[in-house]
Amino acid sequence: MQNEPNKYVKELTQEKYKYGFTTDIQTDIIGKGLNEDVIRLISSKKKEPQWLLEFRLEAFRHWQTMKMPTWGHLTIPDIDYQAISYYADPTQKNKGPKSEEEIDPELIKTFNKLGIPLHEQRQLTGMAVDAVMDSVSVKTTFRETLMEKGIIFCPISEAVREHPDLVQKYLGSVVPYRDNFFAALNSAVFSDGSFVYIPKGVRCPMELSTYFRINAAKTGQFERTLIVADDDSYVSYLEGCTAPMRDENQLHAAIVEIYVHDNAEVKYSTVQNWYPGDANGNGGILNLVTKRGLCKGVNSKLSWTQVETGSAITWKYPSCVLAGDNASAEFYSVAVTNNYQQADTGTKMIHIGKNTSSTIVSKGISAGKSQNSYRGLVRVSEHADNARNYSQCDSLLLGSECGAHTFPYMDIHNDTAVVEHEATTSKINEDQLFYCNQRGIPTEQAVGLIVNGYAKEVINKLPMEFAVEAQKLLSVSLEGTVG
Amino acid sequence: MLEIKDLYASVNGKEILKGINLTIRKGEVHAIMGPNGSGKSTLSAVLVGNPAYEVTKGTVTFEGKDLLALKPEDRSHLGIFLSFQYPVEIPGVSMVNFMRTALNEKLKYEGKEPLSASAFLRLMREKRAIVELDNKLANRAVNEGFSGGEKKRNEIFQMAMLEPKLSILDETDSGLDIDALRIVGEGVTKLKTPETSCIVITHYQRLLDYIKPDIVHVLYNGRIVKTAGPELVMELEKRGYDWIKDEVGE
Repeated sequence: MQNEPNKYVKELTQEKYKYGFTTDIQTDIIGKGLNEDVIRLISSKKKEPQWLLEFRLEAFRHWQTMKMPTWGHLTIPDIDYQAISYYADPTQKNKGPKSEEEIDPELIKTFNKLGIPLHEQRQLTGMAVDAVMDSVSVKTTFRETLMEKGIIFCPISEAVREHPDLVQKYLGSVVPYRDNFFAALNSAVFSDGSFVYIPKGVRCPMELSTYFRINAAKTGQFERTLIVADDDSYVSYLEGCTAPMRDENQLHAAIVEIYVHDNAEVKYSTVQNWYPGDANGNGGILNLVTKRGLCKGVNSKLSWTQVETGSAITWKYPSCVLAGDNASAEFYSVAVTNNYQQADTGTKMIHIGKNTSSTIVSKGISAGKSQNSYRGLVRVSEHADNARNYSQCDSLLLGSECGAHTFPYMDIHNDTAVVEHEATTSKINEDQLFYCNQRGIPTEQAVGLIVNGYAKEVINKLPMEFAVEAQKLLSVSLEGTVG
Repeated sequence: MLEIKDLYASVNGKEILKGINLTIRKGEVHAIMGPNGSGKSTLSAVLVGNPAYEVTKGTVTFEGKDLLALKPEDRSHLGIFLSFQYPVEIPGVSMVNFMRTALNEKLKYEGKEPLSASAFLRLMREKRAIVELDNKLANRAVNEGFSGGEKKRNEIFQMAMLEPKLSILDETDSGLDIDALRIVGEGVTKLKTPETSCIVITHYQRLLDYIKPDIVHVLYNGRIVKTAGPELVMELEKRGYDWIKDEVGE
């Protein structure tokens, strides 16, 4: 164990990544390396029940038998899993803060700077936040207000202690630890993320959101989020993320599981702005994530919306399993890559129930020397009568050194399925830029306008505050790419 | 206002303009006519700084400033407007957002505060009326799905919004039906003040019936080969360009 000294927040103002600062805060970081003792240590720090420790250990033993997959259209640097610390707790000065007075002012300052005030009265109205730094949730707002309606919104480590039956029932039910290499790793070492339970017939009165912040160096973040929407319920959930600028890569290997019961609806939105690395491709977050929702109930509905501008590498496929009859799902994505960023992202729509429908709208934007791939699977199983899918994959290229790729897979086992796929690739148009210039709009702003126009269909799916943020982010992340 | 001296320009290495001399004073309307391929559109593109065109020789001053040294957006801010022959579509970018960005950039250049949302929308409503542009069009994406006539009306609408000192209309009459031609012609006339000037590039008399030129030039093979009063329009309409080619001796 080591302790880092407590100093003031210092800002690294290089480049345009405005969230690249580091908070110097006393952080409890466990020693580097990964073995069963480390997993036991994490579990004991979180005061976990025996079943969860067993779950972790089984996952770890399975992970040890696995090899890192190589099928992505990505060049991933070697990850030394023994050189990473798997648990970093910046709240250790004050264990398990309950009220805002007890939270370290450094943490409040940090989240304020990120635009996430932890004071409920200063919050954006209608939004509850779970603020997670490194491996620990710092504060979850509006919990009492939500509890009045029976809604559970808390850090998953707390849910394990306070709602063990629910967690045990659903954890791993959508993404089992055997699912893939990173799912096994996450299941072994996962730290905080949010737990959401919306009871039967309840419409969540506010947006729920989790803000993930990586701070400590040489650590990995292993977010675990579990959302359960019981019959006839509704929730809209948002996720945001940032990290300091560092020369070395940092690993973020998350699992998000969503379980949707009869007639329930879940909207999940992400604005991903992890540090993308510098202009020469040094550093940045490796964002290797498994996100999946199970539309278990009849008429259940799940919608993924993602705006991805950050990370050195993004490798994820927010997916939907449409198991219930009449279930429907959507995937709306904008993925931006610039400089040396790489993204291989898309979705999987697995149609199992009858009369299920899915929509995929993917907009890739590549600039600099980056590589941007859409990869998507539409599977219609044997009994999924009358399944419908519409997929639209557009790629926009800014410059001539970047790459855009599309890998659509279709696996159809039922003759009644109707599956449509449209794809376009275009370059940003000199005539459009000049038209803007002639009207007095400089090239930089013109690129922002044109790209936002291109991504509008997806941006419009985001809740208002996030949409505004996402628009700015798109413009900023592409500054200097044309002209 | 505008002074062009001995201007040479080429595109893709091919010389198109071969020594243009032209002076436009405040309040004047100049018509530039000429057969296809004579360099009319190149001249307009060079004046607004289209990077596809290379100026190889000559000078252009606008209100005493070296125009060729300025970026396209700054030429716009100084008050030069081009109504494009082929306006481009910008999918997903609403006219409101586009015009607001353009206008606020101009105000910023002039050191003024940006317009409030309500003041801007009021201005848009007022200017829309000049070219009878439907509210629905104004709420759509820039030129997306507009008919040929709607695109041209939208150009004049933007001109109304930006209130330029020098407007260049590049074959704005092409592809217009009679009604659209009237709307565009009357629109430009309404916007004309003694302080503003106009260059009207056209093949036909019909737009010039609305926008009366003070001076008419014939551009041929990259040079202005004839300059006269408005009566020249009638003559060209009647006789075509061959007699001019003969006069030039080609």
